[in-house]
Amino acid sequence: MQDMSPTIKVEELRKSYGEPRAVDGVSFDVQTGEFFGILGPNGAGKTTTLEMMEGLRKPDSGTVTLFGESPWPRNPRLLPRIGVQLQASAFFERLTAREQIRTFASLYGVPARKADEWLAVVGLEDMAGKRNEDLSGGQQQRLSIACALAHGPDLVFLDEPTSGLDPQARRNLWDVLRDISAQGRTVVLTTHYLDEAESLCDRVAIMDHGRILQSGPPATLVRDLDAPTRISVETGTITAEAARGLADGLEVSDDGVSLTIATRTPAPVLSALAERDALRGLSVRGATLEDVFLHLTGREYRA
Amino acid sequence: MTGFVSLSTAMARGFFRDRTALFFTILFPLMFLVLFGGLFKDAGASKTDILQIGAVPVVDQLPAEAAAGLDQVLSVTRTADRAAALDEVRRGDKAAAIEQVGGELIVHYSAADAVKSATVRGIVESLVQQSNLAAAGVTTPAVTMRSQPVEDQSLKAIQYMTPGLLGWAIATGATFGAALTLVTWRQKKILRRLRLSPVPVASIIGARVSVSIAIAAAQCAMFIGVALLPYFGLKLSDQWWAFIPVMIAGTLAFLSIGLVAGAASKTPEAASAIANLITLPMAFLSGAFFPLDGAPKWLQQVSEFFPLKHLVSSMQDVMVRGESFAVTLPDIGILLGFTVVLAAVAAFLFRWDDA
Repeated sequence: MQDMSPTIKVEELRKSYGEPRAVDGVSFDVQTGEFFGILGPNGAGKTTTLEMMEGLRKPDSGTVTLFGESPWPRNPRLLPRIGVQLQASAFFERLTAREQIRTFASLYGVPARKADEWLAVVGLEDMAGKRNEDLSGGQQQRLSIACALAHGPDLVFLDEPTSGLDPQARRNLWDVLRDISAQGRTVVLTTHYLDEAESLCDRVAIMDHGRILQSGPPATLVRDLDAPTRISVETGTITAEAARGLADGLEVSDDGVSLTIATRTPAPVLSALAERDALRGLSVRGATLEDVFLHLTGREYRA
Repeated sequence: MTGFVSLSTAMARGFFRDRTALFFTILFPLMFLVLFGGLFKDAGASKTDILQIGAVPVVDQLPAEAAAGLDQVLSVTRTADRAAALDEVRRGDKAAAIEQVGGELIVHYSAADAVKSATVRGIVESLVQQSNLAAAGVTTPAVTMRSQPVEDQSLKAIQYMTPGLLGWAIATGATFGAALTLVTWRQKKILRRLRLSPVPVASIIGARVSVSIAIAAAQCAMFIGVALLPYFGLKLSDQWWAFIPVMIAGTLAFLSIGLVAGAASKTPEAASAIANLITLPMAFLSGAFFPLDGAPKWLQQVSEFFPLKHLVSSMQDVMVRGESFAVTLPDIGILLGFTVVLAAVAAFLFRWDDA
């Protein structure tokens, strides 16, 4: 019989370093095998929430349980089961990538050969002999994730793993993170990138000012928003007048580059445009988590 | 256990790959030894320089053994130029000039240094008496005098400088090592990372202790190795190896000083400044650089409160003064006392994290 209780249970968590509260009454569960994202702008309280879950900080009030146990105070039974990647990559000075991961692995009693395999998983086998000071930002992040995973934890915490990386390096890292999740681990990730949360997470909690505004699968959050789909074509393909006549209740705008039609029923509009052969420069954009955030807070999302 | 070994290895690698740290803990103190060892090489063994004008049979015909004895106290330079010799004495460059005219031995001595000229006159007088006795047929005098300098070895600078500078090197190495490890590991979030791993805190501390002791042992090997070179001429006592326990106790005491400095500061710069403020004045006031025998009484009493004083004096006792291991026991006790108290302060101030 599989234990069906959630891997993580967070209830009414509060923490303040003065006013306002950094974390103000946060509750959520994370199920086994889930990829869970805590999303929000800088200063929303994501990292503080994560640190209380990891057992690095004591909550002012509220409880955290991981696998049914409290991570605070330092709980040696729990530590081998969790892997943590810290925001700033924590490496020993002047050690090579191979020496770093072997050192971390041995803290958990994992043999060197097994640790070396993780360098291959994150694509760093060619860099094994390089000191961490000589690695690029993306390579350091991948090494630090490998160091967090070398002991094969069931639960992985990642704090802003892609911040400061160029787009290519971010996407490479996303592939690594998807693989980690596909192996059946429970992953908790904080990020201020909406696209990252949308692309990776099974479920996200949107945080702002220390509170969770809403949580659920990204697709559901977006769908529930019931925001209009925006259909754009090149200006001049069709007149605004004609566009308004395609269907009832359309909002049409033209900025001189693109003509945009906002609608909640895009299918008839698209087929009508196709009939008139007016699809030049077509793009269809649905709502994103950005719109969800805007809807929840009444302000534009700024990471 | 594997945690302890791998952390020690990581720490040792980090240290031995850090050229600056290597320089300041090993090479820099060694430079002092080489510098002072070379500078004060002949200090203590001060001979009196005299000139011998022409042939002086009383001196020239001394038996080999007596000539060697004379050589220990007088440095005799032979010359034929009487005027130049007397001029050198007049200027005070030489303590005296001796010449023999028939049965008369004349000592021209300088008034510049009354002690030296008295020494020369005394020695020459004894030479004259000896040769008179020999001429009278007395081959075995009723009483003979043999002069032997007391504590000849300790007069040589290298003898007290080696343990002194070594003690200072050990103190600096242990203090800076502990302080900088603590601060940089906190700053770089390595402590936080370790806190999230199942490694016991005792393994982390144990790793730092063993690396510091290994570094201290390396310092000892380098220092003693260099000082033993014929050029410096260190002479170790029979029980010199008895300095090892006191060296370990001293390393522990300065480790805990470094941990207090590291726990109290947020940046490596602040930690270095505190460590320097503690170790450098202490080195001067503890007799690590020069003996405190001539220092005022109150200073000698104050120095008892410095762990370095106990480390240095005990190391001098067993390494060069020929004392036995038992002599170091009180100092070992005091150093371990410092360790316990300071480690408790460090534990009280300790933080895993900056915030």
